[in-house]
Amino acid sequence: MGLALLAIIWLITFFSTYFFVAKTWWLPHGASTAALFIDNQFALTYLLMGIIFVAAQGALGLFVWQYRDRAGAPKVEYSHGNTKLEVLWTVLTAVLFVGLNLMGSNVWARERFAPANPGSVPVEVTGMQFAWYFRYPGPDGKFGATSPKLMDPSAGSEAAVGLDTSDPAAKDDVVTGTMYLPVNREVDLRLRAVDVIHSFFVPNMRFKQDAVPGLEIHMHFTPTEVGDYEIACAELCGLGHYKMHGTLKVVSAEDFDKWLVAREAEKQ
Amino acid sequence: MVAQDAHDPHGNNVHVHAAPTGFIRKYIFSLDHKVIGLQYYFLALSAVFVGMFLSLLMRIHMIWPTAVLPLVGEIKPETYLSLLTMHGTIMVFFVLTTAPQGGFGNYFLPIQIGAPDMAFPVLNMLSFWTTFIAFMVILAAFFVTGGAPLHGWTGYAPLSALPSAGPGEQLGADLWIASIAIFCVASLMGALNFITTVLDLRAKGMTMMRMPLTVWSWFVTAILGLLAFGVLLSAGILLLLDRNLGTSFYVPLVVVNGQIMGHKGGSPLLWQHLFWFFGHPEVYIAILPGMGVASQLLSTFSRKPIFGYKAMVYAIMGIGFLGFMVWGHHMFMSGMSPYSAFAFSIMTMAIGVPSAIKTFNWLGTIRGGRVRFQTPMLYAVGFVSLFVSGGLSGPFLAQPVLDIPLHDTAFVVGHFHLIMGVAAIFGMFGGTYYWFPKMFGRMMNERWGRIHFFLTLAGTYAIFMPMHYLGMAAQPRRYSQFTELAYLQPLIPLNRFMTYAAFVTIGAQFIFVINLFWSMFKGPKANDNPWQATTLEWTTATPPPHDNFGGRTPVVNHGPYEYSVPGAPKDYVMQTDPATVTAH
Amino acid sequence: MATLSSTVTVNDPAAKGPKTGDGPGGTQPPVLGGGGGDRGGNGFPDYGQRLRRTRLGLLVGLIASTMVFVSFTSVYVMRRGLPTLDDRTGGYVHDWLQVSLPTGLLLVNTLLLVLSSITVELARRQITRQAALAPLQSIPGVSIGRERNYPWLGATLVLGLGFLTGQWMAWRELAGRGFYLATSPSSSMVYLLTATHAIHLAGGLLVLLYAGATGLLHRAVEGRRIVVDVTAWYWHFMAFVWIYVFALLEFVR
Repeated sequence: MGLALLAIIWLITFFSTYFFVAKTWWLPHGASTAALFIDNQFALTYLLMGIIFVAAQGALGLFVWQYRDRAGAPKVEYSHGNTKLEVLWTVLTAVLFVGLNLMGSNVWARERFAPANPGSVPVEVTGMQFAWYFRYPGPDGKFGATSPKLMDPSAGSEAAVGLDTSDPAAKDDVVTGTMYLPVNREVDLRLRAVDVIHSFFVPNMRFKQDAVPGLEIHMHFTPTEVGDYEIACAELCGLGHYKMHGTLKVVSAEDFDKWLVAREAEKQ
Repeated sequence: MVAQDAHDPHGNNVHVHAAPTGFIRKYIFSLDHKVIGLQYYFLALSAVFVGMFLSLLMRIHMIWPTAVLPLVGEIKPETYLSLLTMHGTIMVFFVLTTAPQGGFGNYFLPIQIGAPDMAFPVLNMLSFWTTFIAFMVILAAFFVTGGAPLHGWTGYAPLSALPSAGPGEQLGADLWIASIAIFCVASLMGALNFITTVLDLRAKGMTMMRMPLTVWSWFVTAILGLLAFGVLLSAGILLLLDRNLGTSFYVPLVVVNGQIMGHKGGSPLLWQHLFWFFGHPEVYIAILPGMGVASQLLSTFSRKPIFGYKAMVYAIMGIGFLGFMVWGHHMFMSGMSPYSAFAFSIMTMAIGVPSAIKTFNWLGTIRGGRVRFQTPMLYAVGFVSLFVSGGLSGPFLAQPVLDIPLHDTAFVVGHFHLIMGVAAIFGMFGGTYYWFPKMFGRMMNERWGRIHFFLTLAGTYAIFMPMHYLGMAAQPRRYSQFTELAYLQPLIPLNRFMTYAAFVTIGAQFIFVINLFWSMFKGPKANDNPWQATTLEWTTATPPPHDNFGGRTPVVNHGPYEYSVPGAPKDYVMQTDPATVTAH
Repeated sequence: MATLSSTVTVNDPAAKGPKTGDGPGGTQPPVLGGGGGDRGGNGFPDYGQRLRRTRLGLLVGLIASTMVFVSFTSVYVMRRGLPTLDDRTGGYVHDWLQVSLPTGLLLVNTLLLVLSSITVELARRQITRQAALAPLQSIPGVSIGRERNYPWLGATLVLGLGFLTGQWMAWRELAGRGFYLATSPSSSMVYLLTATHAIHLAGGLLVLLYAGATGLLHRAVEGRRIVVDVTAWYWHFMAFVWIYVFALLEFVR
């Protein structure tokens, strides 16, 4: 039975570790400036936890077999513990865990403590049951007013976000269902939610932030590769949660400008 | 009037309350903690089968979203979310907070400290029946118009506060909140009883540092419950007010489907703060008793004292204390201040330290012992393995920057299921096989116990380990199906594998139940101490008499884990053995 | 055949002594000593131990109640300072409306509650003396003189009811001034805090009623003493909570 226990524990450990190491299913391709740092911190954590995982499971399996009760087994070591050893592994664990955390905190600070740099692309992201809308402030650089009274999702994108067309600043606002961003430029996101909590999740950008009704949350990231990326909702928001998705198209700076100009022209 | 030390025996102590007669007083409204413990246990057993059935339906729907099932029919996306909500709520409250503490704790805490019953037997009886009412109320949510709520066991507002935000959010959501509120009251009553009993009813010689680790875990768990459930109750009251009386604690001005709701100025984050201030201690409430059982079993079946008893006690206390300081790690993405996030994340890493200490000490207990592989031990070993696996994904989530890709993905689901949904359950399995002889006077079947163990260990790993891979691949949680996002398509085969594993694993649980009930009537008779264990429950008759010790009050002379003491006549010294047997 | 619990009854000759005070057997001298559990060597309940245990239980229970008031306090403080998004201007504003409290009426209620705390304390001390002297009354030939038994318990009940009535009147007054439960976050908190306290106090009143009833039914004084003692402490705690709530609402506007 000791051998059976050892076998099952070691087998489980082997298979689990195999799929981690083989990266059979893995983090999606990272295409933002944050991705490099996040993935590095992830790799470090994963290496350390992986070593502990294999060591602990290995020891568990080994001990239950090695110390099985059998004829001729050595006498039991009667002991209530070893204080020195306790202190040692407590300190080591604390240093490891807290140290690991502090290393990751730089990345967190860079992503979250400071606002977006000046010159970043302003985009307002609005989440509602069950779609994402993206608003660009247009040439005047100002987001126009929106009003809850004007919100009508059945009447198109501008009505969905409740754009108040009587506000002069709103006249050049572009509202779309697909997000366009220029590559290598930081985006200054303004996240809003209209009804319940949603979460704006772009896996390839290593970006996630809840959109909370009653709050206007500013976040930023910088896409580094042209391409099409999927946006998922990452906070349960109702029956359509699973299909509340969007698309982020990262394009060259010229293509972005062209696209924006074309949208502005459509408004005339 | 001189108050005498409660621990002084004074002649022959007799529990004068005659044992109850009549079916109602003996089995329904019993005041005997042993009967109440069994009532809690069987309530949890019913609840776990309901919860498992719900999860099976969930896993079926994830793979075959359009399937039409017998009895259940087609599962719509909103139904999936109701299944998910009720699965989580029933499992967390009516299984994980009920069986380990209310079930085993009620039955064995008084016996293990040498008391004839809990401090307040009437309150104990009331706390069980209040829990039962709470269970009935939540089951009722399935049957009302609109059905059960779909807002997840975490019930985030405004989704949970707006009846128009989804099907099931009308009466079903009110019943959900009411059930939880009733459960809070029941738990607070139970916590009061446990704490008073440990502080005031220990027998002579049973100092705090001679209590078994099971008792320590029940004690600290009760303290956590005492401090946490009041906050959940408050949160639930505010939610009921928002839903029904027009207040705006949680709901700002919102527009649902083009309709402006009549709320203003509320804060959805307030719900999260209140909920998780309760919610995080709750997960420690779910796991600490299992840790206590694991310690008990590893020591007993390795024939070796627990490695570092004092450190284990401090670790339990440390986990309990720190458990109140980490709630924000559920809210890293919520819009909370990033500076708060940093503070919470340091505290969260800190709580990994006492957990690691316990793991090292468990390994240290086995090492150098003479391990016996009866079924309870298999579960204890399984507990350690599962706790290691589930615990090590914690440091990923504890770092806010890694939480960015992993929050609200299957990674989190794998993390908490391995610990709560399997390790804690293994604690219950182990406790059942271990204490079954004492409760029912018979042994459970060893062979079927082993089969159940191996199938369940392999099966649960097969279901929950892959969730980590899926989470890294950015599969969000609470998605009823994976048909809408292109990047999720390659993940469906693995999900299918997990669903098959779920079928097998859930099927295997019937082995346990059959073994349980069959053995109650047909199992081989057990003697008073079949495991040759040291703690007080094994000194008394099987099953224990009404006052637990047959008219005597035990006097304790030894610590709880005196196995293989050099110079002792047997390889175990019971806590009540005369002091001269060993120096401890 | 498995059984859920043993039906073994205990037969101890010592237990056949005088019945405990639970039935209509009159008062009996409390017996000292005891082990685990609260029964003494002769089968008499150890009231001293039971009192201590019940007080400990109350203390533990009050911690849970405190957590509820702590939660509501943190909601109060947090909501008061919370900037909310103004949908018209798109900016953040503070929308905490000061509630016009009927302070005079609330002060009267506070006085009633403080007085009731005094009367319940007098009731507690009175029954403590009665319980201490009870053994002497069964000794033939000994007279301890007649002690006037003031109806302190009844007075507490009346004052407590007066407080609750006054609170009800305060709510009516608030409504009259236009402050209903859902009017504003601040008014919601006023009702929430005062109602939670009132519910706790009403619970205490019910227990006091029970204590009074057992007195009229001539239950054993030692048992009644425990009920009154513990309820009195609970009552003091609730009076303290009221002063705290009042101060919070009055000074943290």
